[in-house]
Amino acid sequence: MQPIINVSEISKTYASGFQALKSVNLSIDKGEILALLGPNGAGKTTLISIICGIVNPSSGSVTVDGMDIARDYRAVRSMIGLVPQELTTDAFETVWNTTSFSRGLFGKPSNPKHIEKVLRDLSLWDKKDRKVRELSGGMKRRLLIAKALSHEPRILFLDEPTAGVDVELRKDMWQSVRELRASGVTVILTTHYIEEAEEMADRIGVINHGEIVLVERKDELMRKLGKKQLVLQLNSALDAIPSGLAQFGLELGADRNQLIYTYDTRAERTGITSLLSAMGAAGVSFSDLDTTQSSLEDIFVDLVKASR
Amino acid sequence: MNYRAVWAIYRFEMSRAWRTLMQSIVSPVLSTSLYFVVFGTAIGSRIPQIEGVSYGAFIVPGLIMLSLLTQSVANASFGIYFPRFSGTIYELLSAPVSPLEVVLGYVGAAASKSILLGVVILATAAFFVDLHIAHPILMISFLVLTAVTFSLFGFIIGLWADGFERLQVIPLLVITPLTFLGGTFYSIKMLPEFWQTVSHFNPVVYLVSGFRWSFFEISDVDVTVSIAATVAFMLACLAVISWMFKTGYRLKN
Repeated sequence: MQPIINVSEISKTYASGFQALKSVNLSIDKGEILALLGPNGAGKTTLISIICGIVNPSSGSVTVDGMDIARDYRAVRSMIGLVPQELTTDAFETVWNTTSFSRGLFGKPSNPKHIEKVLRDLSLWDKKDRKVRELSGGMKRRLLIAKALSHEPRILFLDEPTAGVDVELRKDMWQSVRELRASGVTVILTTHYIEEAEEMADRIGVINHGEIVLVERKDELMRKLGKKQLVLQLNSALDAIPSGLAQFGLELGADRNQLIYTYDTRAERTGITSLLSAMGAAGVSFSDLDTTQSSLEDIFVDLVKASR
Repeated sequence: MNYRAVWAIYRFEMSRAWRTLMQSIVSPVLSTSLYFVVFGTAIGSRIPQIEGVSYGAFIVPGLIMLSLLTQSVANASFGIYFPRFSGTIYELLSAPVSPLEVVLGYVGAAASKSILLGVVILATAAFFVDLHIAHPILMISFLVLTAVTFSLFGFIIGLWADGFERLQVIPLLVITPLTFLGGTFYSIKMLPEFWQTVSHFNPVVYLVSGFRWSFFEISDVDVTVSIAATVAFMLACLAVISWMFKTGYRLKN
């Protein structure tokens, strides 16, 4: 697939001396949903802000659809919609006016039909004449999404879109994002909810201390996730794995007292039964058994720890 | 040129003025009326004519300038400061708009409001004193030029301020004293010679004097000097703003 955003060697050091990003490279495919996962202060928002033109990078370059974000800022920015993390809204304007304002600001001719559709899709239509300050937190969040969608962007950035949104609404929002993707919009979302990344993303990028630690397809990660380990506590230590058990790809664990078998829970056969009977035939007995499964959360925590 | 963005910003800012009609139009009109009652009618009736113009009429151009300056600065500085304060500035920064378009939208709206206000005050003044305007076109030009210039100046303050107090400091400590000492209520020719010289360093003197000339053909300084001084100040403001945008000053990290 063709990349729509290409981030190349982007670094950012703030005036305070804090280095938020360190030579970040990232390529985002057209039409995908990319989730950027990372703890607070990892650099997610800085990265998004640089691509959207809110923060100037210290070095490096970004192209969007082949155009440089600084040189061709008009063409680039009119393609991008941004939903910020903070609930920053014009408190005294009405929902309708503030959404129409966004469309005008991005240079699009007025189109009440489109604004109506966006507001209806985000269940804000019956609030269109309300002042923004009268809205609840969840409604304000949706209003920010409506503003970003008002100018029909081809790329949508969602910075922590479901922070402070209840479970019911979160599900609706995920659905809306999926529909956007189906209409060809590229979506980049940041989150620190692993569940959200798992639910939504095509690819997952993990960012920590200003560096991209990993970018991988979600199904690839899930495949690793789908692997499970069976740990057999042996009655007596083994010098080597008996030849009768060679086909199982076993590992010898702590003090040669453990046998570790890795298997795929989603495969048709796990091979556990045949392993156990083969062990019986080879005369290897065990006193206890245990199974472990690494979650995306474990992978994430390990990655974040390793990059510390 | 993203005209739609300029229009969107302009309309947004103007609708803010309608929402705060009391604050932006009614209260300046009321305070100007009070000035007329106190200085024009009560005290003014005991003051002799100044260069053939009754005192009540003499202060009209100065009063309009007083409101024009303070309101231009207040409108424009608040207009750009508030989005910075509330955080909604993110949208402006991420939009396909150039600095020029941002300035046109914000400064255009702020200047429109003060021009409207100037006209309203002029109409109010007509209730209290007999007015004749010698050079209406020049008068309008001065009104527009001053409104634009001081809206640009206000825009700079709005970008510079990092708190609501700072937003108030310049208007309160600089604009108001300069306006009162700039010949709003008197001709600087009435001052001792030393203070006349000092007054020539006050830019407001040139504005009030030029504006007054367009009404009564009397002035403290030559009218061409007035126009030149105003235009020079406007260009200086434009230069500062373009520098601010170029460096991302307090807008972008």
